Amino acid sequence: MKTRTLIVTLIVLLAFVVVACAPAPTPVPPTKAPAAPAQPFKGTTLRVVGANHPWAEAIKPLLADFEAKTGIKVNLELYGEDQLNQKLTTEFTAGNSDIDAFMQRPLQEAKVMAQNKWYVDLNKYVKTDPAYAFDDFMPGAVGTEMVGNVLTGIPIVTEQQVLYYRKDLFEKAGLKVPKTLDELKAAAEKLTDKKNEIYGFVARGQRSPAVTQFSSFLYSFGGDWFDLNTRKATLDTPEAIAAFKFYGDLLRNYGPPGTTNMSWPQAVAVFAQGKAAMYTDASSIYPNLLDPAKSTVADKTGVAVFPAGPKGQIMYNVTSWGLSIAAQSKKQEAAWEFVKWATSKEIVLKTQGDGAVPGARTSVWNDPKGKAKFPADWVEATSASAKGRGYDRPLVVQVTNARDIIGTVIVTAIEGGNVEEAARKANAEFQKLLDAEK
Amino acid sequence: MHTFLDRYARWIFPLPALIFIVAMMIFPLGYTLWNSLTGWSLSAGRPPTFIGLDNYVRLFQDERFQGAVVRTFYFTALAVFVEMVLGVAIALFLHRDFRGKRVITSILLLPMMATPVAIAMVWLLMYEPTAGIINFVLKQVGLPRGMWIGANDTVIPSLVLVDVWQWTPMIVLICLAGLTALPRDPFESAIVDGASYWQITRHITLPLLMPTITVAMLLRSIDALKTFDIIYTMTLGGPGFSSETLNILTYQYAFYYLHFGYASSLLVVFFALVLGVSLLTTYLRRTVEV
Repeated sequence: MKTRTLIVTLIVLLAFVVVACAPAPTPVPPTKAPAAPAQPFKGTTLRVVGANHPWAEAIKPLLADFEAKTGIKVNLELYGEDQLNQKLTTEFTAGNSDIDAFMQRPLQEAKVMAQNKWYVDLNKYVKTDPAYAFDDFMPGAVGTEMVGNVLTGIPIVTEQQVLYYRKDLFEKAGLKVPKTLDELKAAAEKLTDKKNEIYGFVARGQRSPAVTQFSSFLYSFGGDWFDLNTRKATLDTPEAIAAFKFYGDLLRNYGPPGTTNMSWPQAVAVFAQGKAAMYTDASSIYPNLLDPAKSTVADKTGVAVFPAGPKGQIMYNVTSWGLSIAAQSKKQEAAWEFVKWATSKEIVLKTQGDGAVPGARTSVWNDPKGKAKFPADWVEATSASAKGRGYDRPLVVQVTNARDIIGTVIVTAIEGGNVEEAARKANAEFQKLLDAEK
Repeated sequence: MHTFLDRYARWIFPLPALIFIVAMMIFPLGYTLWNSLTGWSLSAGRPPTFIGLDNYVRLFQDERFQGAVVRTFYFTALAVFVEMVLGVAIALFLHRDFRGKRVITSILLLPMMATPVAIAMVWLLMYEPTAGIINFVLKQVGLPRGMWIGANDTVIPSLVLVDVWQWTPMIVLICLAGLTALPRDPFESAIVDGASYWQITRHITLPLLMPTITVAMLLRSIDALKTFDIIYTMTLGGPGFSSETLNILTYQYAFYYLHFGYASSLLVVFFALVLGVSLLTTYLRRTVEV
């Protein structure tokens, strides 16, 4: 081959490789000079990453108003909860993320993300505008978002554990809504009709997801994950073992087959298809049960406060989701405009009043418009749960790991295995995790 | 200048491909190897500092790891065995001419082209013990209903079923190609000698097809060992840990617990395992070469 042809071919090939391998140029948003003082961020595009959650569904149609008001365009990406967490972790670890704001689960992720300094401390923003009324947020909800002195996010969804039940099945059997866990067990037994595929009780039984919904059982039996003062794991105390056994027996004897593979989507499906008489889970998922488009028993579903256990009526009352600003974002001021807007009294009234997403602003709860979409018994049950405990999972940094450790005991209990042994083993493992964190 | 290029053309031309391979394969492998010697964990707050072989020591004592290895081999052996038997049988069936052969072949190849995660989600719905269609049909017909992915002892066979459904067509494809490449002479002389179809299949077709079969087995084994999408979508290692294979275990440690150092050591061991299995299969292939 002639040398010239060779050289030309080589150059073409190399050029091709270089062009193909070059990173795609990131589009620089055109920042025009501010047209009016009211729109200092006009032309900015924000990348907001969230979860498939009723709150995100409620905020989506309102984004157009936000853009009209401020000139900021918001690209909202939604993922499943676990995938969201993995996406955030991967992008933040890689270091050059362009995520500006994101939804987070404070009890699950706040400590880990704060440890890695992925949050912007929102303390510096929340008090700047008195119209924002930061003091309007429920102190417990704000407390969940604090890690040390850093405000990691603004709470947007609150939830408690409640009891969903089939009003028609209870009426037919002549039963009253259970006020204690023993009454719940008795009702489950009476209402289970395996031949007709009606099960008295359904709940999450999958290793990690079950932990948060088991928490209220644990607390009401007098147990807890670990002693907050001595940092001693308490998974194998008699109270905890009694709670594990109670939960496992309920699901094994009166629950549908396959509960050990159920998180809330699967449990909701069983209840919404009319196959279960009772279901304990978070108050915030009620749209899936009370919406006629999603549930065949929507008009027959009642909501009651979580029944009392032998040692008290202690359910969880937590902030499940918050809105945060990424520390790596290059548009933090614009991102704060978005967060400020999305958590303002006006918008929370819309997401809570129209979208029926339970928020964290006291004034909106006191406003009749803020309670309009919630059924009366739901409001009653959640108000009665206001005294509940502020966490539904162990307050450690390695929450996912801890949930897996505790989840194995729950699964063992459901399968009818040796709960004492499983609890002892899990306790030892959990203690190791606790020691490693202090 | 041009004598230099002429002389070294055979080194210069593959250079782009070589750079690509180094960047895409050797670098990640080396980086993982390096990470496996550190204690890097984002959740435990440990930076990537060198700790030597501590991760490996911990790994081999980890019960969860040992269980995962056993489950990985159980899943792979079951899946590959069923897929090979079914795949070769279907390929033999499709090898002759009959009406509708093109249509049937296209239909049989469809599962392979669908997205694994989408398939897994559909099977997840079908497998649901109370509301799923499989148990519904079984009940109508009067057969006992199964727990499928909801019980410890049936979860891996249920997952294998999904894998078999999706990947048997690949074995069929490879074996069909092998069958069409076989020489015609042995078959013609066997027919002249009066051999029956089963005799021909057993003594001529299968031995001649062995190299192709072992290649198919090698390819499928490597992929089956690494199966991730269907297990992640359907059970995430559950119930409990009864469907947690090595790949899922590593994913848990890396992306749920954020222990990157430990997960890297799991990956290195996993890589060695897959390499071992492929070497073994290649050795087997040499011994069955006709």
